[in-house]
Amino acid sequence: MKLNTNSNVYTIVYATIVVIIVAVLLALVSQVLSPRQAANVKLDQQKQMLVALNQELGADPAALYESLVRDTIDSENTKPGIFRFEVDGATKYVLRLHGAGLWGGIGGYIALDEDKNTIFGINFNHESETPGLGALIVEEPFRSQFIGKHIRNAEGDIVSVVVLKKGNQAENGEEQVDAVSGATITSTGVSDMLKANLCDEYAAFLAIENEKMSNCENEEMEVEDVIAEN
Amino acid sequence: MLSQKTKDTLLGPLNANNPVVVQVLGICSALAVTVQLKPALVMGIAVTIIVAMANVIVSLIRNTIPMRIRIIIQLVVVAALVTLVSEVLKAFAYDVAMQLSVYLGLIITNCILMGRLEAFAMTNNAWDSFLDGLGNGFGYAIILVIVAFFRELLGSGALLGYQIIPDSWYAAGYENCGMMMMPAMALILVGCIIWAHRSINKEEK
Repeated sequence: MKLNTNSNVYTIVYATIVVIIVAVLLALVSQVLSPRQAANVKLDQQKQMLVALNQELGADPAALYESLVRDTIDSENTKPGIFRFEVDGATKYVLRLHGAGLWGGIGGYIALDEDKNTIFGINFNHESETPGLGALIVEEPFRSQFIGKHIRNAEGDIVSVVVLKKGNQAENGEEQVDAVSGATITSTGVSDMLKANLCDEYAAFLAIENEKMSNCENEEMEVEDVIAEN
Repeated sequence: MLSQKTKDTLLGPLNANNPVVVQVLGICSALAVTVQLKPALVMGIAVTIIVAMANVIVSLIRNTIPMRIRIIIQLVVVAALVTLVSEVLKAFAYDVAMQLSVYLGLIITNCILMGRLEAFAMTNNAWDSFLDGLGNGFGYAIILVIVAFFRELLGSGALLGYQIIPDSWYAAGYENCGMMMMPAMALILVGCIIWAHRSINKEEK
């Protein structure tokens, strides 16, 4: 007897079976592969930090990472995002960055010298910026501009580094790097990400004793000052 | 070695029956991934593999599929395959998975897949469907690579990320064509390819 493949019962049973088979298959694959995927994600993050620290990745990035990393510094309002490294005998801090580009999220790692001011190196990643335009932020020519820049102004306040179109001058005396031409929104995204992360999220970590927390938190400080004076 | 029908199935989509320039399918992704040559190549390979696999699976179950929900079943097969490939890549070739990022998901929406499943795999046996998938995948990849070649060369002065236009040209006043970076230029280039293709193939019709 030939099955009537057009009957309602057949259609419903068929759809149910297909959905169950596909669901079980995908769940199974996801379950089996997830440890490997998690390991890959972790290794990728370690590689990105090593790039931010201007290290050659070599054959075994994981071992290199282990040999350089000292500890992670977490505080209440920063998720595990601060790592302490020791490179050639000097302490370097690596901070995780996250922000928004044109099409999706952007992120990265910034490596600071022990003075929590000079940029030792930086690395960016992105989810879906335009190849050939916004995606150029991950390339070496854009990244290397940041090396040696300072995230504090002459007074020692944290002001971040701004990304500006060639020829423009930063308004508040921040140090600046050239934007990727043709990728204004991604470049602004990088600039905003640095500002938001450095001035806000990591302000408590970056603050040096006996000094104002950061330029971005002036208002709060002033309120406290007023209270103190009263 | 190959019968005439097999040859037509495999090689037809490369030229006379090309999915992009003759059937005008898959245009949307052709605009998105052709700014540079590398993502275009990777996308071409990924689509080829997925069309071929989806064609085989749908062809194997074609006699059991209820007619009224056949499109949904085809879609489920494609979506499951794409998810599967993306999971496997994330586990075993993380760098490639990152390279593909959004494009991998975009494959589901590629009309070439649904087009081939509906037009070919539903009525042909598994082996022919496999060849048809390969042929259409390559046909798609060829057009992507041609468009990306011109867009990257004229738009960035590079190919596969390596600079081609010498610095001395830039010093002499040569400028990269910013228009090439726009999705609209991909459409215009595809139009030019269709024009050239039609004029060459005119006598045969």
